[in-house]
Amino acid sequence: MTWVPSTAAERDAMLSVIGVQTIDDLFASVPAELRAKSWALPAGISEMAVRARLEKWAARNAGGVTSFLGGGAYDHFIPAAVDALTSRSEFYTAYTPYQPECSQGTLQSIYEYQSAICRLTGLDYANASLYDGGTAVFEATTMAVRLTRRTRIVCHASLNPIYRSMLETHVANLDLELVDGESPEGAACVIVQNPGFLGDIEDFTALAERCHEEGALLVMSFYPISLGLLKTPGEIGVDIAIAEGQCLGVPLNFGGPWLGIMATRKEHVRKMPGRIAAATEDAQGRRGFVLTLQAREQHIRREKAMSNICSNEALCALRALVYLTLLGKEGLRDVARHCHSKAEYLKKRLSFAQILNHGPTFNEFAVRLPRNAEEAADALVSRGFLAGLPLASLGAGEPNDLLIAVTERRTREELDAFAHALEEVCN
Amino acid sequence: MQLSYEKSVPGRRAIALDPLDVPEAVLPAALCRKEPAALPELGELDVVRHFTRLSKLNFGIDSHFYPLGSCTMKYNPKLAEAVAALSGFAHLHPHLSTSPAFWKHCQGAFELIHETEQWLAEIAGMKDVTLQPIAGAHGELTGTLLMAAYHRDRGSKKDTILIPDSAHGTNPASAAIAGFKVLEIPSHEDGTLRLDSVKAAMNDSVAGIMMTCPNTHGLFEPAVAEIADLMHANDALVYYDGANLNAIMGIARPGDLGFDVMHYNLHKTFATPHGMGGPGSGPVGVGERLAPYLPGPRVVKGEDGFELRNLEKSIGRVAAFFGNFMMAVRAYAYMSHLGKDGLRQASENAVLNANYIFAQLKHVYEPAFDLPFMHECVFTAVPQAKKGVRALDIAKALLDRGFHAPTVYFPLTVKESLMIEPTETESRETMDEFCDAMLEIAEAVDSDPESLREAPKTMPVGRLDEVRAARQLNCAC
Repeated sequence: MTWVPSTAAERDAMLSVIGVQTIDDLFASVPAELRAKSWALPAGISEMAVRARLEKWAARNAGGVTSFLGGGAYDHFIPAAVDALTSRSEFYTAYTPYQPECSQGTLQSIYEYQSAICRLTGLDYANASLYDGGTAVFEATTMAVRLTRRTRIVCHASLNPIYRSMLETHVANLDLELVDGESPEGAACVIVQNPGFLGDIEDFTALAERCHEEGALLVMSFYPISLGLLKTPGEIGVDIAIAEGQCLGVPLNFGGPWLGIMATRKEHVRKMPGRIAAATEDAQGRRGFVLTLQAREQHIRREKAMSNICSNEALCALRALVYLTLLGKEGLRDVARHCHSKAEYLKKRLSFAQILNHGPTFNEFAVRLPRNAEEAADALVSRGFLAGLPLASLGAGEPNDLLIAVTERRTREELDAFAHALEEVCN
Repeated sequence: MQLSYEKSVPGRRAIALDPLDVPEAVLPAALCRKEPAALPELGELDVVRHFTRLSKLNFGIDSHFYPLGSCTMKYNPKLAEAVAALSGFAHLHPHLSTSPAFWKHCQGAFELIHETEQWLAEIAGMKDVTLQPIAGAHGELTGTLLMAAYHRDRGSKKDTILIPDSAHGTNPASAAIAGFKVLEIPSHEDGTLRLDSVKAAMNDSVAGIMMTCPNTHGLFEPAVAEIADLMHANDALVYYDGANLNAIMGIARPGDLGFDVMHYNLHKTFATPHGMGGPGSGPVGVGERLAPYLPGPRVVKGEDGFELRNLEKSIGRVAAFFGNFMMAVRAYAYMSHLGKDGLRQASENAVLNANYIFAQLKHVYEPAFDLPFMHECVFTAVPQAKKGVRALDIAKALLDRGFHAPTVYFPLTVKESLMIEPTETESRETMDEFCDAMLEIAEAVDSDPESLREAPKTMPVGRLDEVRAARQLNCAC
C-alpha cells in the first residue's frame, strides 16, 4: 500500500536524470554493516481494512454514557461550526507561519486567539498556546524563575495532583526546590489553581498581595469556562495565568491533543515562552501579522532560549477561538451559569452522601459516598453513567471519595436519574 | 482583513442554550468578574464566513507544494482524519485510565497505544516506546531527562551534552531546560561530524551526545557507529533526533546504529497533519540502558486485557495521560496501511525525489556540500546574494509562483541556505514545475533582480515590517 504517486516508469526516468541505475544507489552512503538488522513489520492493509480495525477498537471504549467525569478535562458541548471550520485543510495541513505572506490566515487567527485569552483573563498578553495545562505549569515555573532569579517553587494544595507530579518530573534535574504550602517568602512563585482540583472557588487576591510584598509571583491555573462568571486572574492580581484549554471546543481525545493557555502582565512578556503573533504593516500600509519577539525562542537563542518549545497547539487554539467567537460575550456567561446551576442542583440531590467542599464551588465537587467509590463507579457504567473520578486512585482522597463534574450538557432529567442511580448502588 | 472584534454587533448571537431547567444558582459577587469577557458578538454565518475567508489566506499541503527542509511536509491522508473522528476515540475521557475500575471501558484505546508503541519500536530498533511526549521538542526534553535519570542512578555527576553545530535549535534548548550544560561541536567542512571532533570534546563530564542522522545537511553521518562506541566506552549516552527518520525507514535503524534514546516526530515521518504548527507528537524510544526509566503509567498486556503499570525507576509523568493520543491514532492508520513494504518505499521515494530536484538545480544553484544528499538537499544562495538577491528574496519569489518556500537560513552552518525536502508524496510533474520556477528565478537574478526583491506581489500582504512588530508590540486587541 502506498501514498507515493510515482509509477515504476517515472522512477526509472527520474533515476536516469539523477544519473544512477537503481534506488539502492541513492543509499550508497549508508554502509552495509549499518543496514537495518530487522524489519519485522506486518504487510500493509487496505484503507477499508484499516478503518474496520480502528472502528472495532473505538467500539471497545465506553460510548453512549452520560458523563460526570472531570478532574481537569470536561465534557462540554462543541457546536458543529467548530468542527466544520477547523477541518478546513487550509488550516490543518499548513505549517508554522514562517512565511507570513502565505500564512495570514494562521497569523490573524493566532492574534485573535491571543486577544480572546486576554479579554477572558483580564491580562495584557497571551502567547499562541503551549502543549497543555500540565506542561504550562512547568513553563510558568521556569518563567517565574527567570523573572525572580529565585529557585523555590511553592505548590498550593489546590493544584491538580497530576500537574504537580508532571512538574516534579520536569524539574528533576534542575536546582529548584519544590515545596508544598502557600508561603511566598523567598519563593519564585506560588502556584495555585482556581477552582481547585476538588472544585473549591477561592479568592486569591490577598495571596497575590502577599506574593508581591515578598517579591514572588502568583501563578494561577484557571478553568476557562469558569471565567464566564468568576473573578479574572487580572482582577485577582495574578502574574502568570495558565490553563488547560480543552474545555473550549476541543474534544476529550483520551488526553490529547489539548491546549495549553498562558497569559501574563505587560512587564513580563519578554520572558514569556512560546510563539507570539503581532500586528504590523507592509510597505503599502496594509495591516498584516507576523511572529514576533523570536529572539526568546530556541531557533535563535538555542541553549539560552526561554523554552525549548518549537510548536504551539495551533489547531486546538483555533478550535478554542472559533468556540469563543461563536459563544460570544453572552454565550460564555450562559454556559458558565448553566454549569454552575446544574452542579448546585445535583449537589442538593445527593443528601445520602457527604459533600466535602465547605465553601462555594463552580461545576465540580467532591463527595464521600457510603460505599467504595471505585465499586460504585464501576456499577454505574452498566447503568449508563460515568459517575466521576474515584479520588483515591490519584491519592487525592479516601476510598469512598468521588469527584463529580457537571457541564451544560446534563439535563435535569439526567441529573435526577444519576442521583437516583448513585443512591441505589450505594445502598 | 477585518478582525472578528471589528465585525462585532452588540446583542448579536450565534449560539443559544435551552432555558435553564434547574433553579438558577448565584455565586457571591465578591467571587465574580465585574464585566463579561468582551468576546465578539456575531451570528453563525458571520463566524463561518470570517474563518472560511481566513483559511483562504493560507498555503496548505492540500493546495500547495511545501518543500520545507527538515519539516517533512508530506501529504496527510484523509483516512487518518476519518479514524481520528471516531467517537469512541475522540470523546473518550482519559480519566477512564486513572481508576482500574474503568479499565475495561477503554481497552480499545489501550490496545491502540500498545500496538503503536510496538510498531515504532520495530521501525527504529528500540526496545520500548512511550507516546507521552507531546511534540518533538518535548520528546527531546523527555529523552534528556531519561539520560539524567540514568546518570543519577549510577551516582555519576556527568553534566554536559555534546551537540553538533548543525543541530536543530531545540537540541541545545532541550538539553539546557533539562539541566545540562551544552557544548557545541563543529561540523567538518564536508558537512558531517568527524570522530576526531567528538574525541577532542570528550571528557568525564560528558553525559552524552545528541545527533540527527541523516543530519540537517541531508547527509548520512559516516562516523555514527564509532561515535556511539566512543560514548559508550565513556559511559555516556547517544540521543537520536528523529527529525530525519523519513530518509531511512527500512534502510537503517537508530537502535542498530548504537543510539540509546530517540524521539519520533509523528507529524513528520508518520504523516499526521502539522496543523499550522501543532499539535505534533514526539514519542520517545529507548534501548536497554534507558528502558527502566521510561515515563509512566505504561500500558501493558495483563491476564485480563490491557492494564497500566509504573516502572520502579520511572522518571514519572511527562504528560497528564498518553500524550497526543489522537496523533497516535492517525499514525497507526498510516503505518498499518503502508506496512512493511510501504514504509520502506516511502523513504526510498523521499530520497529519490530530493535527488531528482537536486539533479535539476545543481548546475544553477550552488550545492552546500559535495557528499550525496538523502531526503533533502541544501544549497547556498551566496552567489545570488553577491548579485543582490538573497535566499529570502528567492523564498518570497516562490510564493508568487504558487510554491511554499524551502527552509531558508537553517541550518545555521550554511550561509544563505536553501533547504529543500520534497517528500515522497509529490509527483514528478509538481517537482518539475517547482524546478522550472527555481530556474526562472535564477535567471531573474541577472535579468530583473528588482522584481525578486519586491516579491511577493500576489499575496494578501507584501513583506511585513518585523522590526515595527517587535518595537510597537501589538499582540492583542
